[in-house]
Amino acid sequence: MRLVVVMPFAMLALAGCQREERSLRLDPPVEAGLDEVRVMSNGIGGAPPKVYVALGRPYENNAFDLDQGKRLYDWFGCTGCHAHGGGNTGPAFLDGWWQYGADPVSIFVSIRDGRTAGMPAFGRYLTTEQIWQLTGYVQTIGAYSAKTAAPSRNDEMQSRPSENRAPATLGALQPPSR
Amino acid sequence: MGELHRHPQVIRFAAKLRGLTLVGVLAASSALAQSDPGAQLSASTSFSALDEIGAGNVQRLTGGPVFATGRFGGQAGAPSAAGDLVYIETGFPNAIFALELAQASPSVAWSYAPEPDGRARGLSCCGRTEFGPVLSGAKLYANTLDGRTVALDRRSGNKFWETKLADLSNGETLASPPVVADGKVLVGNAGDEFGARGWIAALDAESGRILWRQFSTGPDAEIGIGPSFSPFDPRDRGTDRGVATWPPSAWQHGGGSVSGRIIYDPELRLVFHGTGRAAPWDAQERPGANRWTSGLFARDPETGQARWFVAFGARDPYARGGVAQDVLLDAPWKGSARKLLLHPDGNGFLYVVDRVSGEMLAADPFTHTDASPEPAGPGAVAGPVPSPDENVVVRDICPAWSGATGAGSPAFSPRTGLLYLPVSRLCMDFEPRHASYLAGTPFIGANIKVKPPKDGTSGALVAWDVQARKAAWSMNEPFPLAGGVLATAGDLVLYGTLDGMIKARDARDGKLLWSFAATDGIIAQPATFNSSNGHQYLAVMTGLGGGFGIAERNMLDPLDQSAGLGLAAALSRLPTLRERSATLYLFRLP
Ligand code: HEC
Repeated sequence: MRLVVVMPFAMLALAGCQREERSLRLDPPVEAGLDEVRVMSNGIGGAPPKVYVALGRPYENNAFDLDQGKRLYDWFGCTGCHAHGGGNTGPAFLDGWWQYGADPVSIFVSIRDGRTAGMPAFGRYLTTEQIWQLTGYVQTIGAYSAKTAAPSRNDEMQSRPSENRAPATLGALQPPSR
Repeated sequence: MGELHRHPQVIRFAAKLRGLTLVGVLAASSALAQSDPGAQLSASTSFSALDEIGAGNVQRLTGGPVFATGRFGGQAGAPSAAGDLVYIETGFPNAIFALELAQASPSVAWSYAPEPDGRARGLSCCGRTEFGPVLSGAKLYANTLDGRTVALDRRSGNKFWETKLADLSNGETLASPPVVADGKVLVGNAGDEFGARGWIAALDAESGRILWRQFSTGPDAEIGIGPSFSPFDPRDRGTDRGVATWPPSAWQHGGGSVSGRIIYDPELRLVFHGTGRAAPWDAQERPGANRWTSGLFARDPETGQARWFVAFGARDPYARGGVAQDVLLDAPWKGSARKLLLHPDGNGFLYVVDRVSGEMLAADPFTHTDASPEPAGPGAVAGPVPSPDENVVVRDICPAWSGATGAGSPAFSPRTGLLYLPVSRLCMDFEPRHASYLAGTPFIGANIKVKPPKDGTSGALVAWDVQARKAAWSMNEPFPLAGGVLATAGDLVLYGTLDGMIKARDARDGKLLWSFAATDGIIAQPATFNSSNGHQYLAVMTGLGGGFGIAERNMLDPLDQSAGLGLAAALSRLPTLRERSATLYLFRLP
């Protein structure tokens, strides 16, 4: 008898379990397309690749990608120069003050090509997909509004409010003095 | 980073400086007439024989800001004076100013500002960073953060030569002034935090040609280890310890930079220099004794061959390095006269070493420390040192990675027999993390929060009685002392603080005799010199920066307690300072 009661719920639950498709490697044409950011001549802002838009801006709101970005952030030594968003020799992200723009294209270009005042170019170490994952994650640290997805919790000593819990607030468009 | 490129601007401080020309100069930096061995030694002790300004009249000092460099922050170099010019080298982008103080307000005789390599900004990390021109004969020598050593004409600023020494793509920079020894200019690199392999190089003072370069890790031939080498620890007599004490090939990016001051002893004809922390900071990734990092070398300046080595931080699991500044002293030790080297280490111990033989005579804690000295005392040999596990947080370790001392130079007064140590009492939580080496990016492997000690204040000025081997007195400071100390024959100890105070204390009992509030933080050592009219001046550079000033300098966000390797949050109580330009302050008696 009891089975009869449970079954419909179990079937409902199973039906809701749609698995997200994920390939080990991006389709080469997609990956190549994702590299085609059209950046403004001053290196700040621009249009994201067509594929990126067509795919529905995948790296900004997908928990898996954000999480990959978070791991890459630690593995590739971003923490050494930017700490966990508070900055070190590199600028802070947490404060929402971006020198080169808060949009994904600016962030992508900063990571891929580096910036003159000491940001190394990581294009030679990372795949295009990884750079987008990092872009999504870095944007989360200094986001102005909460996103619909968040990376998983830290597996290391927590040093700040977790991502997406305390969106950055930008005052009167002034760089924070401390 | 929002660099302000203002033109140098002379502040119209209607200074009582009329008719001032400078002679018989003594700067607190190593910028002394190198031909005079006595002066050279006093450079290492930061003691000035001038006594016009003294404990009795310091309260009457008048003065203030006289010259703004237009360079934003990070002024760790003291001014030095010679003839009628005062020389200043600013932090990155480095510029050198020669100021003429002959008129009512100083004027720029010449300035030199080479086009900077911006990559150096991201590499300016974590440690002691000090610049300052070094005067020798008609020349002035200086290093720049982006890796160059230059020789300029002292009177005109014309360039004689420039030699590119540090490779920025490997994370290497230059972070300390050069030193002139016997017709050679000695330069050491910085860059432990990027896994750069430490080295010291000698350039021909006339041509800038590289004569030799010796490393801190690797095979004996590259370190300058040969028959004349006798290390203090007998286990170090084996061959190629700089390779054998590392996991395979780890020595190639093992750190050990020569980023502190190099000291030359012309009498013994020896050069002394510390070696920085091993890379990465996560000690689990580098099992072994990690020679020759976190220790001290004595070398022959002619060839660079090593004479002896003592290690200070066994494996240095908390990354305090060995580049804090030494003091050379000839003094009795247990009844017999000895040539001593005092090394106040970042780990909180004061080491006394016989600088002829390299024998360690004493190791005493000068502040609260959890470290154990290596070796565990004179004559003993250190056992294995436990290092924290990866991904495990070790809490409340003191001192923090930034060291119990080391950012600024200590001073020794022969009149009191006391060594004045600028001390930081910060502690930390430390979590080793796996680090992979990528050239030009940080090779640290540590997640760190820094905090004030549980008891007491974050800083102190400790007066250490070298003979009695204990502190004679200690004065608390609200913030770590990051700049150097100057002692004078007027029985004064002078220093600047991160929150912009210039203080003069009685060298005998530490009593605060005079203080002045500047508009910016200070990380430079004060200097003093005599003018041609025979009057003594006190000169201080303001300009917050360096490891302790990084939060203000780089606009870090202290909401992240790991920002600035933990220092941003630990020092978030520092007042926000108004001045955005490194500025020279001058004081004299009315
Ligand atoms: C060697 C130190 C260093 C490392 C390693 C480093 N950065 Fe940077 N980064 C900097 C510096 C310095 C700047 C500022 C550059 C400038 O102003 O031109 C910067 C700028 C940036 C910016 C632009 C910020 C803005 O305000 O617009 C982004 C985004 C960025 N870094 C991301 C990363 C990521 C992601 C990593 C790891 C893959 C990383 N950085 C690793 C030093 C570093």
